[in-house]
Amino acid sequence: MSGFLQHTFNGLVGGAFYALLALGLAVIFGMLRVVNFAHGAFYMLGAFGAYVLLTEVGVPFWGALVIVPVVLGLFGMALERAFIHRLTRLDPLYNFLLTFGLTLILQDLVKSRYGVQSSPYATPAGLQGSVDFGLFTFPTYRVFVLGFAILACLGVWWLLTHTRIGMVVRAATERPELTRAFGINVGRWVTPVFGFGIALAGAAGVLAAPMRAVNPLMGTDLIIVVFAVVVIGGLGSIFGSVAAGFGIGLLQAWGEAYLSETAPILAQTLVFIVMAVVLLWRPAGLFGREESPA
Amino acid sequence: MRRTTGLAAVSAVTMLIAGCGGGGPQSSGDSKLTDDKIVLGVLNDQSGVYSELSGKNSVKAVEMAIADFKAKHGDQVITDNISVEFADHQNKPDIANNRAAELYDRKGADAIFDVPTSSAALKVADVAKAKKKPYFNITGATTELTGKACNKYTFHYAYDTYMLANGTGRTVTEQGAKNWYIVYPDYAFGQDMEKSFSAAVQAAGGTIVGKDPTPFPNDNFSTFLLKAPTLNPKPDVLGTMQAGADLVNLVKQYNEFKLREKGVSLSVGLMFLTDIHSLTPDALAGTTYTDAWYWNFDQKNREFADRFQQETGARPTFAHAANYSAAFQYLEAVQAAGTDDADKVVEQLEGKTIEDVFLRNGKIRAEDHRVIHDAYLAEVKPAAEVTEPWDYVKILKTIPAEQAFASPSADCKM
Repeated sequence: MSGFLQHTFNGLVGGAFYALLALGLAVIFGMLRVVNFAHGAFYMLGAFGAYVLLTEVGVPFWGALVIVPVVLGLFGMALERAFIHRLTRLDPLYNFLLTFGLTLILQDLVKSRYGVQSSPYATPAGLQGSVDFGLFTFPTYRVFVLGFAILACLGVWWLLTHTRIGMVVRAATERPELTRAFGINVGRWVTPVFGFGIALAGAAGVLAAPMRAVNPLMGTDLIIVVFAVVVIGGLGSIFGSVAAGFGIGLLQAWGEAYLSETAPILAQTLVFIVMAVVLLWRPAGLFGREESPA
Repeated sequence: MRRTTGLAAVSAVTMLIAGCGGGGPQSSGDSKLTDDKIVLGVLNDQSGVYSELSGKNSVKAVEMAIADFKAKHGDQVITDNISVEFADHQNKPDIANNRAAELYDRKGADAIFDVPTSSAALKVADVAKAKKKPYFNITGATTELTGKACNKYTFHYAYDTYMLANGTGRTVTEQGAKNWYIVYPDYAFGQDMEKSFSAAVQAAGGTIVGKDPTPFPNDNFSTFLLKAPTLNPKPDVLGTMQAGADLVNLVKQYNEFKLREKGVSLSVGLMFLTDIHSLTPDALAGTTYTDAWYWNFDQKNREFADRFQQETGARPTFAHAANYSAAFQYLEAVQAAGTDDADKVVEQLEGKTIEDVFLRNGKIRAEDHRVIHDAYLAEVKPAAEVTEPWDYVKILKTIPAEQAFASPSADCKM
């Protein structure tokens, strides 16, 4: 029983990363109708941001957790103004080409400066021990990551439901044409929302630095699963992306714990099997709705 | 009409190729070299995951070998015209195949060196066999190169999966860690390593209490790390066959879950100096693994490492030292044979015993072209004991050449 609880908790920690990244993708898609394939690269930049701040400026983890998302958010806003906003009237293929191209450029820039070998980043002081939950103990840092992700998701939920900008974002996500017809200037919120999505990816990257290999390619493999999460949750569904993020984290942990000895192939492909089933059964995702024909 | 032009073109091209290629094998008369020069080809990963443990610095190592070879022979050197050509195979077998053919045919390479990634190495071995030109594999790990896929022109330097598994699996078990939990990436190299490791552990009287294939690549090993201490009986050691970034992920998380404090020590199947550098020695302190060569093992290695650092800014991994050694020994064989004719050079190399900076008690086995030499069981030092940059391990034990490698496989038919 304690084993099962431990794996469940562990699954939620893994899911925390999926949720933070998927949430960013969802708000960006909702507002801009752009699928940001460069999201994994921003996650990577977040981790490198933490590394650079520590080694070259001496800013510890806590400082990085504030500075990096802000800087990346501003960088994201600049990119949105310079490139992304041009995608709105173009064929979706350009969306893919631009954001994927950005990924390659960002990755190679980091690679040319820091190489492909992973860069070291220690667990922050104060979070190095373990927390005793009675039935099991768990690394303090991971408990912190889970707590942070849950707070971030709740924070976004509060913003969306209790603020004017939240209302605009929700309205624009669900009925963009109608929102405009009411005379609401959706356009002025597009850039900050994009920046916000990028900031979330950056925060996830900072959180990953102490527990994962920090290298230029760290985002590429993760982002594949995150896209599966977004598809399962429903593209553009904010609640769906968070729920699916944690759900897939759980599914992966349980699959690896109980299936990898007997059915390793199944354990490793579980996420994509679920994605395929969801696509067949509910093409718009578990929490998504069919696009209204405007 | 069209047909005849086509035919004419084909025959023109054929003549051109015959003309350019320097003709067939020349008789080994006075003209010693087929084209008055020697070209060494380095084929490896120039910018991907293996580019730091080998990559550009392996090219540098081969250049160092050329300089040393020329200095050694002075006026007597067979030719002054020795150069290096390198190509990037991106760790992909099909690209390796094309690049190898290109190196031999168009770049005039007399021999190819390095080639990380087993599947790519096997392709290059095929090309070497077809072109009848030597190939010195350094960084490919599969024992198949000296087994089913062995051939007259392919030599396997440095290490292989048997050496790693036998060195670490057997020695650590004999030292008292009887119960093993093995995690391995679920692809050819990982599966191969798991089999070799399990066999070595069991042969030494140990037990595999659990083994799990993991996704590849993977950044989250927490499930397996949670599982390790709950196995019955509890494993003494976690054996990981992960490499590169996966290894970094696993080790970081191994420390997070404090498995060493829970009595599960860590053994790594394959690790390079560059991996320890990026994880920092503290993250790996106490971890054992088998090394093919270590830069600070003795004065001779150190001198080489000092020169290498001047050239590249980094200390050499065993792959760099092995590339140096292989290139140097190839040139020595050419010098001794008085020709770069592949068959004569191979004849020189077969059965030869060698002592150099990389090969200790080295011997090129004629039966399967496995280059055997002493290997080392290494342990990563805690940061407090690290007195200079890159000096991260202490050598616990030298594994004699004859024991370090498997005896020739019956599958190998030259």
